[in-house]
Amino acid sequence: MTPVLAQATEGGAAELWTFIIVGAVALGSAFGLILMRNAVHAALMLVLNFLAIAVLYAVLQAQFLAVIQLIVYAGAIVVLFLFVLMLLGVSREDSLTARVPGQKTMASVLGVLLFVSLAAATAGPFLGDASVCGSEEALTGTGDGVPCLGLAAVNAAEGNLRGLGFLLFTDYVWAFEVTAVLLVIAAIGAIVLGRRQEDPSELVEPGSTVLPARRGSGSAATEPGAGPTDADEGAATETSEATPPEGEERT
Amino acid sequence: MSVPAGYYLILAAALFSIGAVGVLIRRSVIVMFMCVELMLNSVNLTLVTFARINASLDGQVLAFFVIVVAAAEVTVGLALIVNLFRLRASTDADQVGALRA
Amino acid sequence: MTGLAEGAAVVAPAGSPAAWAWLMAVVPLVSAAVLLLVGRRLGRAAPWVAILSAGFSLTLAVWAAVWLAGREAAERTVVHTVATWLPAGELEVDWAVLVDPLAVAMSLLVTGVGLLIHVYSLGYMEHDSDIPRFFAYLNLFLGSMLVLVLGESLLTLFVGWELVGLCSYLLIGFWFDERPNASAAKKAFVINRVGDVGFMIAMFLLFGAIGSLSLVEVLPAAEGLAGGTLVAVGLLLLLGATGKSAQIPLFVWLPDAMAGPTPVSALIHAATMVTAGVYLIARMSPLYVQIPEIGLVVAAVGAATALVAALIAVAQNDIKRVLAYSTVSQLGYMFMAVGVGAYSAGIFHLLTHGFFKALLFLAAGSVMHAMADRGDIREMGGLLRDLPITGGTAAIGTLAIAGFPLTAGFFSKEEILAAVADTAGGEVILAIGLVVALLTAFYMARWFALVFLGPRRFEELDHPPHPHESPLSMTLPLVLLAVASLGGGVLNLDPETGVLAGWLAPSVVAFEQTAAIIGHGLLEAIAIVLALVGLAAGVLLFRAGPREVSASAAPAVRFAQDAFRVDELYRAAIITPGHWLAVGLTWFDERGIDGAVNGAGRATSGLATAGARLQTGFVRSYALAVLIGTVLLIAGLVGVWMAAGDGIVLTGGW
Repeated sequence: MTPVLAQATEGGAAELWTFIIVGAVALGSAFGLILMRNAVHAALMLVLNFLAIAVLYAVLQAQFLAVIQLIVYAGAIVVLFLFVLMLLGVSREDSLTARVPGQKTMASVLGVLLFVSLAAATAGPFLGDASVCGSEEALTGTGDGVPCLGLAAVNAAEGNLRGLGFLLFTDYVWAFEVTAVLLVIAAIGAIVLGRRQEDPSELVEPGSTVLPARRGSGSAATEPGAGPTDADEGAATETSEATPPEGEERT
Repeated sequence: MSVPAGYYLILAAALFSIGAVGVLIRRSVIVMFMCVELMLNSVNLTLVTFARINASLDGQVLAFFVIVVAAAEVTVGLALIVNLFRLRASTDADQVGALRA
Repeated sequence: MTGLAEGAAVVAPAGSPAAWAWLMAVVPLVSAAVLLLVGRRLGRAAPWVAILSAGFSLTLAVWAAVWLAGREAAERTVVHTVATWLPAGELEVDWAVLVDPLAVAMSLLVTGVGLLIHVYSLGYMEHDSDIPRFFAYLNLFLGSMLVLVLGESLLTLFVGWELVGLCSYLLIGFWFDERPNASAAKKAFVINRVGDVGFMIAMFLLFGAIGSLSLVEVLPAAEGLAGGTLVAVGLLLLLGATGKSAQIPLFVWLPDAMAGPTPVSALIHAATMVTAGVYLIARMSPLYVQIPEIGLVVAAVGAATALVAALIAVAQNDIKRVLAYSTVSQLGYMFMAVGVGAYSAGIFHLLTHGFFKALLFLAAGSVMHAMADRGDIREMGGLLRDLPITGGTAAIGTLAIAGFPLTAGFFSKEEILAAVADTAGGEVILAIGLVVALLTAFYMARWFALVFLGPRRFEELDHPPHPHESPLSMTLPLVLLAVASLGGGVLNLDPETGVLAGWLAPSVVAFEQTAAIIGHGLLEAIAIVLALVGLAAGVLLFRAGPREVSASAAPAVRFAQDAFRVDELYRAAIITPGHWLAVGLTWFDERGIDGAVNGAGRATSGLATAGARLQTGFVRSYALAVLIGTVLLIAGLVGVWMAAGDGIVLTGGW
């Protein structure tokens, strides 16, 4: 851990300032996401949001998660989004006008209400002095609010990664395996959903050395895509996304 | 002065609400989807915060799983969107009105 | 007194006519059913089926009369129960027959005149296309009237009462394809119903007070009834009787009932059905004898009706309408009799009137038959030459109804007037009775003169009919009835020692003289003079044809021709308000009730339409709905937690 982050995780003024700045970035990029007209700009805002959240994870002593967030979310998922955006050619003028009258005002009002109720529901007891993680009040049980005990001790024992790994393969091994299966299913599903309806005559017969003639320009036909090559990520989906010739899909 | 854990929770709640509003406001299906991802992230933030509060890594494990499942979900979802685009030649959510009474 | 009033009822011995008496009513009913079902297939035999069952009933009636006469006077009230009908808690009514002198006398009249009219109808309805139905209805009527007359319970009597009303409707409207006939039938039925309400309420009161409707139990108990109950029952029964017997205020149906075939008019509206009211009051004599004031009311109603009807009859020009109003008038005489308590005199007049009125109606039918169904007496005249038998018998009938000395009508009318003269408070009624006697003689003489005497005015019509005498099937009943009209007086030559009075003693309460307004001899003399004067005036004034009405008398004559505008009065006072009430209720039903129901439907449909707008098909609005729900849930949870007082607790406890 870098000294800055180390300092931030100890609580104190460093954590406060980190929180303020990074939180502002997160909020700002979130607002940007929902307000930007251009879809690509919105995607970029999303990336920024993910980065901010990754920093917050680090501050919250979830270091492994911070890295995973960067790799998977910012690195793969947003790239997926961008690919599809490019593929489908979303026009610039994505109007914000709603066909349903009053949708925007209703949504805004509800958003505020939702925020208030959620905040009240979740954050209520945790605003007191004892909720400052790792502080003396928390550890000794004095002060208002529910004590936040902090993960300093846990992380110090084995390290965050080891601790997580241990939990994953003991208490949560069942969920782990099922999630692996889920990923395979998702990959298969994406392939099935993504392919064109093939003309039977175009199928390549086994043993044939002649490839069927390609229709259209055929560029980027077999490019596996620019996504990361992690085995359990949706890399296989890139092939199916890129195969349909451009000429057909773009409007 | 330092940060009570509740502040993180409030931030997460705000991000969640913003994501929800975004789903309702935007017309492009892809941007809607991005807002959903925002919501998922806010939930992750909440989970991690609670892990810290309770001094247990279980919250982080759950957040881990959320990330994994979100990735799978994005995969399939974008495939669906591509299919939708093939049918309708548009990614406007208002065009998909088959449920109209 | 012996008989019903004393409760001296005997059970019918097995095998006696009384035990078979119920067949008198049932056989015609069965034959009516047969004729209705298969009459068409029987063809020419259909009328004979009816005539045979009528004959059977007459035979049974004669046998019962003879048998009853052979018994001691004290044992002449015989009851025979055929079957139980209504064992309904306190109310136990059986199908039972009461064979006593009054019932037997009535059934003799009904079956006798009934059979004669069945035979007459053979000829009269010969050319009709629906003969089986006619005879079926005639038989149905015969059976119903016998149920009425022989019924041992007031409820059985009421069943017969209603059935004859039904038959009246069916027969008046026999030629129902012509609108006026159907309307007349409806009018008769509806007005009868008004009277029936009175009858029913009287039955309820009697049942409430006595606990039974059986005559055997009710009549002896009449002495013990409270005064209020007696008065109420007496007046209500009078109401029912006015409906059936066409008295004021319910007489307006009888003149219109002439729309039916003439045999129907003769049988039902002269001899039998209309007498049911008189029969009812006579049957309930033990009750009426307790309330002589109400009896005076009955007599007054009769007198008023007699006068009004006679005045109207003077101005009528239809051959049957004159007779119809005459019937109403004579029924008034009968009511006068039973009102003052002279029950046997009333029944006597009922019988004689049955003879000569049926005779007159059948004669009118014969004339109409000869005149190709024309009925206006102003267009007749001089028919005595062409229709000697009809004319001769009609003359006898006219004399009888006018009260010419030694005819049956003379004796019966005399007895009534004498009884009224012997009743306290009967002065006005007596005076009216004498005036009506004069008028009766006058208008009947006019009727006879215009039809049978004088110049033959019908020859000046466009298509003059060629009158000829009617066939034997029609003239034979005329002759028989003429004989009865002449000789019927022997039935009761003297009110106290006459055959009929003695015969009826077990059934009705005897008349008690309470006053002596005028000597009987003087009264008889006055009546004879009035009859002769009326007859002479009528014949002399009208033997040359209809007379011009002087200008001063014209309004009065017009008023009488319009039957004193009673129909118009009823229309204005009752029918029109009723119509407006129905209109108002219809409006309320359509707007209010239908509106409510339809409105509920429309409201639901409107709600559904409004609700369907939620199904926009836009995914985003669905998402909005989801969010709304979520917000509500979370806010609700928070609220509950806060209210619980613990604050918001999201503790771990991992």
